[in-house]
Amino acid sequence: MTPPAPRGQNRDFGPSGARAVAGTVTDPELPVLTLADLGVLRDVRVEGGTVVVEITPTYAGCPAMGVMRADLVHALHRAGFERVDVRTVLSPAWTTDWITPAGRAALAAAGIAPPGAAPVRAAGPVPLQLTPPRRTASCPVCGSGDTELTSEFGPTACKALLRCRGCGEPFEMIKEI
Amino acid sequence: MHEETVYDALDAAHGGEGQWAFGTGFDEPLAGVDTTVPEGIDPADLGAYCLMLGDDALVLAQRLTGWITDAPELEDEVAFGNIALDLLGQARLLLARAGSVGVLGRSRERATASIPDEDALAYFRNADEFCSTGLVEAPNGDFGQTMVRLLVAVTIRLAVLDRLRGSRDPVLAAIAAKGVPELAYTRDHAARWVLRLGDGTAESHRRAQAGVDAVWPLLADVFTATDVEARLTTAGVAVDPAGVREEVRSVLTRVLDQATLQLPAWPADEPPRGRVGQHGPERTELLGTLQGLARQHPAATW
Repeated sequence: MTPPAPRGQNRDFGPSGARAVAGTVTDPELPVLTLADLGVLRDVRVEGGTVVVEITPTYAGCPAMGVMRADLVHALHRAGFERVDVRTVLSPAWTTDWITPAGRAALAAAGIAPPGAAPVRAAGPVPLQLTPPRRTASCPVCGSGDTELTSEFGPTACKALLRCRGCGEPFEMIKEI
Repeated sequence: MHEETVYDALDAAHGGEGQWAFGTGFDEPLAGVDTTVPEGIDPADLGAYCLMLGDDALVLAQRLTGWITDAPELEDEVAFGNIALDLLGQARLLLARAGSVGVLGRSRERATASIPDEDALAYFRNADEFCSTGLVEAPNGDFGQTMVRLLVAVTIRLAVLDRLRGSRDPVLAAIAAKGVPELAYTRDHAARWVLRLGDGTAESHRRAQAGVDAVWPLLADVFTATDVEARLTTAGVAVDPAGVREEVRSVLTRVLDQATLQLPAWPADEPPRGRVGQHGPERTELLGTLQGLARQHPAATW
């Protein structure tokens, strides 16, 4: 199929061009982070003239999925890709370990502490954790490691709330999952 | 077609109808997921089982949101909202899975065609078509009882979904695998609250114990398999609820012991009630709140 006349500067209508465009789309709730850096963008390919984009939800109830899907379609349409199919992949489930080093740096620069390593699951039942989760976040404002958890849940499904004992500033952290 | 704003794009993606009254109705939870049913699995049974798991999550989410604006601290309210959102996400996926195999009950007779399957199932089934257990339907009670019920319900759900990661239905297995870490986080949160309340002041202990005593009788029918669950367990699709009993008892015993709460006698097994459509007035009351807007204004926009 012959691609239509491109809009904007895009001239590459192959998979790498599509990947480059999809790679610019940011998370609607964490606009400092691209979907690629968040680990939500799983694959971009071209199948018979259609750009197929695969995304995976961070949390099953994440209300941003619909906007992410629409943003991807919108960005690719604007770049001249006429046919776009955004598909959900559920397996393997998203983990914060997929947030890239660039993504972690962008989060920290925006005042959101990046997650530590996701808990490693041993065989057998999920072990009961009767003490609060250990958070080893550094304060994104002053850098102090002396921080405390104030709430295990935050303004979005993926965040917990912490406070720095050094500078007193409250901040958000992406909780490990 | 090129949309100029994300709102235009959303509207276009939803057929230009702009019917977003049901929240995130513009996002298909299983878009692009291969929903083929593997050989040897009865789609009607699979759908019925997904409704059981989905209704439990939907109803418990609805109960938890009853705390919004009423919780003792803002952080607790945020926690209930987040936990309910996780459960609602599981419910949407599970109800969408039921819809994908054609199990829609009589919801389609009442819902217009533009309403997606999972919304039709959530908003346009009547109380006798829901198959949630009495455990999740019971009124919240006070904060202590709410936390005890949350602990019990999520401990069971975590044990079931953890085993369902190996289900022969790959969609169900993926939904389960996604839910496990979320449920583990919630279970531990609820367990720590029960610990604080039980081992707290005399008043918090008294209330937590009253919550335990109110919730325990609701365990009578949750470990009994329905015919659907029995057939699907044999087929490698479902989990026999009796098979998680020991793990659940062990977790709950440990939390209650440490919380200095008295463990009541485990109720004797009874045949399933909520799972087979039998329900008390609390389900009708709950669905009245859940479904009121969608039923009265099925084409509402916002």
